[in-house]
Amino acid sequence: MKYFSKIVFITAMLAASGVADAQSKTAAKRKTIAKNNPTEVNAGLKLPAGFSASTIASNLGAARHMAVNSKGDIYVKMDRVKNGGGIIELSGNDGNAIATKKEVFGNFGGTGIALKNGYLYASSNSNIYRYKLNADEQVEDTAKPELIVSGLLDRGQHNSKSITLDNNGNIYVNIGAYSNSCQEHDRENGSKGMDPCPILDSAAGIWQFKADKPNQTYGDGIRYATGTRNVVGLDWNNEINELFVMQHGRDQIGSMFPQFYDAKYADEIPAEEMFLVKKGMNFGWPYCYYDPNQKKKLLAPEYGGDGKQVGRCAEMQNPVVAFPAHMAPNGLLFYTGNMFPEKYKNGAFIAFHGSWNRNITGQEGFFVAFVPFQNGAPSGKWEIFANGFAGVSKIESTGDAKYRPCGLAMAPDGSLYVSDDNKGNIWKISFKGK
Amino acid sequence: MFQMIIKVIYGKLALRENSMKKIFITGILCLLVAVYIFAQAKKQPASAHASIKRGQKVFEVTCIVCHQKNGGGVPRLNPPLRKTSFVLGDKSQLVQIVLKGLNEPIEIEGEQYTNNMPSFAQLSDQEIADVLTYVRNSFGNKASAVTPALVKAERDKIK
Repeated sequence: MKYFSKIVFITAMLAASGVADAQSKTAAKRKTIAKNNPTEVNAGLKLPAGFSASTIASNLGAARHMAVNSKGDIYVKMDRVKNGGGIIELSGNDGNAIATKKEVFGNFGGTGIALKNGYLYASSNSNIYRYKLNADEQVEDTAKPELIVSGLLDRGQHNSKSITLDNNGNIYVNIGAYSNSCQEHDRENGSKGMDPCPILDSAAGIWQFKADKPNQTYGDGIRYATGTRNVVGLDWNNEINELFVMQHGRDQIGSMFPQFYDAKYADEIPAEEMFLVKKGMNFGWPYCYYDPNQKKKLLAPEYGGDGKQVGRCAEMQNPVVAFPAHMAPNGLLFYTGNMFPEKYKNGAFIAFHGSWNRNITGQEGFFVAFVPFQNGAPSGKWEIFANGFAGVSKIESTGDAKYRPCGLAMAPDGSLYVSDDNKGNIWKISFKGK
Repeated sequence: MFQMIIKVIYGKLALRENSMKKIFITGILCLLVAVYIFAQAKKQPASAHASIKRGQKVFEVTCIVCHQKNGGGVPRLNPPLRKTSFVLGDKSQLVQIVLKGLNEPIEIEGEQYTNNMPSFAQLSDQEIADVLTYVRNSFGNKASAVTPALVKAERDKIK
């Protein structure tokens, strides 16, 4: 394997000493230091007491999901091929300050990446590959991935193929709907919803494939669950041996149906949903959406709904947790580490990418949230865990956000990694206090 | 307006019956008219100002959700409208996108945008002209107006 000479991404955090130093100098000088050291205290993040954060990599490009091996190496899946590869391997074990780049490989962009049973699995927007790992948990041959699944639908919209694996030799992949609400004409005012929605045959669901069988296509897979519009964050919960996924709810319900929804109310529907996914479940898209105020699934206006009718939605699965609308949950991780305080054990961290269609109330949700769990079920309310990624307090337009959380992974010591697919930062969040 | 001024001046000149002076004044008047037209064209005609104002209202009802208040779009999903060749370039192509929408990912300056854009053919020729004139003169853009006549011509191409 060809190792890159260790490239330093950013210089060490000057944090406390840097800030103290700056205070004794002139305003102009302070500015210069801030510019040279943009990471500030906790790398600009707001965290609960006792936690600290540092930026371990920056400007990687669109860093989507991550996987970490037991040696602490971080595999980052890049949205597009950049500098000769779509996967970047970082050494994350050089202390808190800096990661070094070890490898860039894989000639495909995408989102999904996972480590399981001696293999690194990674997805493009249509295929799933895997690389065999050696005894050091390094990819043996970066030039020769094994094709596991090919030909998954990619029509641009919602094309991320996020992956996770169970303990029984199966891999789960999201195939998102190439549509907002399955209208005859996507996103067009007044266009009717197709009934039945033909997209559900090949997308808008979670598919299950064999993790170790090469060259599978749709015919070899099982549509494990249906009615999920678009899932980007998903994780296998090893405590109860079940799949959990985060759904992105539909867009533009208020702007397309002002006759049924007050504009401000419309910004709060539908909820972003966490589902416990069992084989054969139907979560309702495109016919239904979840109203977090009425706490139930309602009929979508494209299918005759008016903000009150339930209809066929009474039979659809409800979420285990409902989050505010449009915040785009892109990463899910069940915390199994020992570093964080007891309340975090087996709980769920969710990386929210931030909204774009909260039209009246302004854009929100550029943060990492936490939900405590007990015995595989939520045991308390969700809360914001890490905030401040956007870098500005008021975000009128999504592009104003500096960073956007996307992927989550856990270091061997129990620290939490968060990736950003706007610029390509990776933060390491650790617990030090009591 | 100008014809009236010319008539009045010529009337006075006719009384003097000085043909040399008449030619001289005509020359000055031509020059003034040329300067006036040039200045107006450079300044943005009053009609374009009105169009931009009306276009902003159309934008706020129809386009703002996806393309955002600052015209910056949404990374990876909805294209930006700031200084892109699609907005500042070929007006016919721009009108066609509004009339027909986009059903495939579009690449702009190396970035892919994947959300579909619906057709906005239900807007009138005037509304489409106004909103595109607004977009071409907002968010740091500066470009010529789109006319309802152009929108009509592009609409006729589709039929």
